[in-house]
Amino acid sequence: MAHSFARPRKSVTLTILMAGLVVYSLFPLWWLLMSATKPQELLSGSFGLLPAGEFALFANISEVLTHQDGIFVRWFGNTVVYVLAGAGGATLFAALGGYGLAKYRFRGRNAVFATVLGAVAVPGAALAVPTFLMFSELGLTNTMWSVILPTMVSPFGLYLMWVFASEAIPTELLEAARVDGAGEWRTFFTISLRLLAPGIVTVALFVIVATWNNYFLPLIMLSDKNLFPLAIGLASWNADATGVGATPVFHLVITGAVLTILPIVAVFLLLQRYWQSGLSAGGVKG
Amino acid sequence: MNDLKEEAPMSIKRNLTRSRRVAAAAAVTVLATTLAACGGGEPGSGEEPAEAASAEEIEAALEEGGTIDFWTWTPQAQKQIDAFEKAYPNMTVNLTDTQGAEDHNTALQNAISAGSGIPDVAQLEYQSVPQFQLPGQLTDLTAYGFGDHEALYTPSTWGAVSQNGGIWGLPQDSGPMALFYNADVFEEHDLVVPETWDEYVEQARKLKEADPDKAMINDDGNGAGGVTSMIWQAGGKPFQVDGDTVTVDLADEGTQKWAEMYQQFIDEELASDIPGWTDEWYQALADGTIASIVVGAWMPGVLESGAPDGSGKWRVAPMPTYDGTPVNAENGGSTEVVPEGSDDKLLAAGFLQWLNADPESIKVFMETGGFPATVAELESEEFLGFESEYFGGQKINEVLAGGAENVVEGWQYLPWQSYANSIFSDTVGQAYLDKTSLLDGLAAWQEENVRYGTEQGFTVNG
Amino acid sequence: MAGTGTPVLGRRPPSLRVSAAGWSFVAPFLVVFAFAFIAPVIYSLYLSLFRDQLMGGNQFVGFANYSAAFTDPKFWDGAGRVLLFLAVQVPIMLFVALVAALAIDSGRLFGKRFTRIALFVPYAVPGVVAVLMWGFMYGERIGMVGWLNDAVGSQVLAPFTKEWILVAIGNIVTWEFVGYNMLILYAALRTVPGELYEAAALDGANQWRVISAVKLPALRGALIIATIFSIIGSFQLFNEPSILQSLAPTLISSSYTPNMYAYNLSFTGRQINYAATVAIVMGVLTAVIAYVVQLRGTRRED
Repeated sequence: MAHSFARPRKSVTLTILMAGLVVYSLFPLWWLLMSATKPQELLSGSFGLLPAGEFALFANISEVLTHQDGIFVRWFGNTVVYVLAGAGGATLFAALGGYGLAKYRFRGRNAVFATVLGAVAVPGAALAVPTFLMFSELGLTNTMWSVILPTMVSPFGLYLMWVFASEAIPTELLEAARVDGAGEWRTFFTISLRLLAPGIVTVALFVIVATWNNYFLPLIMLSDKNLFPLAIGLASWNADATGVGATPVFHLVITGAVLTILPIVAVFLLLQRYWQSGLSAGGVKG
Repeated sequence: MNDLKEEAPMSIKRNLTRSRRVAAAAAVTVLATTLAACGGGEPGSGEEPAEAASAEEIEAALEEGGTIDFWTWTPQAQKQIDAFEKAYPNMTVNLTDTQGAEDHNTALQNAISAGSGIPDVAQLEYQSVPQFQLPGQLTDLTAYGFGDHEALYTPSTWGAVSQNGGIWGLPQDSGPMALFYNADVFEEHDLVVPETWDEYVEQARKLKEADPDKAMINDDGNGAGGVTSMIWQAGGKPFQVDGDTVTVDLADEGTQKWAEMYQQFIDEELASDIPGWTDEWYQALADGTIASIVVGAWMPGVLESGAPDGSGKWRVAPMPTYDGTPVNAENGGSTEVVPEGSDDKLLAAGFLQWLNADPESIKVFMETGGFPATVAELESEEFLGFESEYFGGQKINEVLAGGAENVVEGWQYLPWQSYANSIFSDTVGQAYLDKTSLLDGLAAWQEENVRYGTEQGFTVNG
Repeated sequence: MAGTGTPVLGRRPPSLRVSAAGWSFVAPFLVVFAFAFIAPVIYSLYLSLFRDQLMGGNQFVGFANYSAAFTDPKFWDGAGRVLLFLAVQVPIMLFVALVAALAIDSGRLFGKRFTRIALFVPYAVPGVVAVLMWGFMYGERIGMVGWLNDAVGSQVLAPFTKEWILVAIGNIVTWEFVGYNMLILYAALRTVPGELYEAAALDGANQWRVISAVKLPALRGALIIATIFSIIGSFQLFNEPSILQSLAPTLISSSYTPNMYAYNLSFTGRQINYAATVAIVMGVLTAVIAYVVQLRGTRRED
């Protein structure tokens, strides 16, 4: 704990003020949860913040999982693939690269720094259209790679890992390992990796969220429904409710949204301890 | 009304190309060769004539069999294919459901530019035919004797597939316009079913006075498809295409006639503005908040599925006119085409012919809610005598088919109609939003179209 | 980011190993970076020099696309809109996040842990879901807004009107990211050494004094980072308006934000060359503004 002096008195005013903010943050989610318990026809007719009609949550969930031959399950699987390969790759490359930049001096290091730092300021979405144009020339669009490859690059992750590695790994420790005759990569895996863990978890979580929620990139790249991640899949169900010959499935969109949010929130809560220490120790301190 | 849009507004866009040449230089070379092959890009003139084949030869090829790829978003397609494969057991048709016109066009365009993955048969809205036909991307089916089928179809749909000296497909369906109205609301407020637009405006005022929560029509300002059809009915011919010369005149007599009439709805706030084709819109149709809609003949099926609670309330009447003389326009509707890049045009033509000319296929199409383009079906007792439960037992097809007879001829769409429609709400739509002059909005739309057309290498008058 | 207190490029711990092994660690990142980041940039630079037409094919046009972009009212209209958005929404969001971070850090809150998590949860909600959700609630006929208006008996809220639509979008973005920014600021506050507080307490400094003399200076680096990310986020604005577009087609044009413009240019208008140009100009603009913010932030610090 950073400050351990006399515990300040609790403030009711402040608590009420913050409670307002908490309500603002949570009531849309409450609305979502309540809506997920309603059948399609009651969604618009009933008051949003209270349950109405029969309790249809489980019926809705089973319909989500079976609608259009269970494509939701497939989207879920795709999302997991994109997260494991894309976010996993991004985290790995950022950890290696950040470590390399922090702990070694080599020719061209400054150039790498400058390029990567410049890249942090380039909006990812501004890059998405050019990337799409290039990928379409290469015949990569509408493949899983078209989503995975761009996801694997996280200049900000690299930056974060660099800051973290500079702080968390004493250079003396590496020197000691070298004296013992350990190779650079072996040192990395046996000593540095463990010290980098909180930073890695932090970067991983932010890249995972970004990937889990990514909309623009897969929207551009993918046309085959079977390759969609959850975010695009839900949007396409939402679009099904609009148009000629529309089949409104808002109850599925809503229940599907709940099912999409749950895993990511769970991951966050479970790993809370790690990413918070990672954030405070390295990420934003500088 | 005018909620017409080709499909869902928030559709997932398709990727541009599957695989184009990696090296730019190569791409340029290929492009140059392709263009040379199409007569230096001179539109409509350069398609290599398809190798002629007689009906017997087509039949023989289908008997022998093969595989073709078919892109469509028609809900009835799979059932039609099943019937086709039963009739020709050696044929296999791979269906790709492209979900909707907008995505479909993009994907098709990309496949064609890429030169790979091109389907053998593809659906196209009538309005999208020119944008593929002009750059020489469609097969002229004249050589397969498709000219013989002319008598099968209504003149307006036939006109849409046969232009610029070729036959580019066979009509699948049609959408002559009609007035759909909620009889309960009409009865409650003592409204009469209008025959002219003046009467229509009159009834709209009456309804607004009686119940401000209801509106005679709905218009979200995003309905390019509906507006072009209304201009069509008013006798406007704002788009004229002749090779690579395009005339855009969104201030011609017919267009002005429509704008003047329709301006009343805007100025007097007689239209509600619920976003079209959304759930809210369907509910408003079901509960009488929107009392009527002027739209294509394919609407009954849409109402039945989208607004089931409106069952029994709705009726159909002929589209209102300006002076009492029945005049109509098409709204929506599609054809199937054979892209130039198809690798088996003979089979493709054979399938297309069966799909849209064979009575058995058309029967399957109609059984599942399609509105035909063939005269025989439109005139058949069974079709005309059908009493729709949703429409309180009314013989709706009598009214709808009647509309098909009065469609104004000579209408043309822009070679870039889907782009034009995509910027409709940015321009004309603003007039609805700001309650300003439709003519100003049309002028803005005109300007954008002239700019775009010029950028795309057309000679644009306007 | 160099705006975090220590000049980044100059930092060289004394006993760093001079070794090519450094390259081997950085190489995997650089390979993917070159392919999925640098190459697309170069490719779009190339594309931006051509024009591919429906009639007449592809031709080299030099900088014609750029001069077109510089005088394109649609582009600048969109750019102006995101700038306005940036100028209003970002300060509000960061201020709320700052207050929340200070409040949670102050220890004067009941249910501090819950508050922290509750504020952060929206960040984990996919943007698409957030917009769909708020879109439902904004509905004047069937949404929460309609219910509220009915309850009050007049039209107090009208999200889908010309005046309010940008505010409605701003609200969604704020909702999504307030917690995220709060967390960044909060994490930075946690790193303030306890001795500083003790010293302040010895000096008899009150709460406000501690905030202004100890906490705010400690937050500067984190605030710059949060600001830069918010700027980039604003310039990229796409999901929210494009999904809301189906609910308010006339309010949100196809060129509402530069990103939507680039998207529609390449996917509806088949103008990929011009789309590439717009993306480049927008990227440069963003980078410049982010850089200026960063410079200003660090200069005051030095």
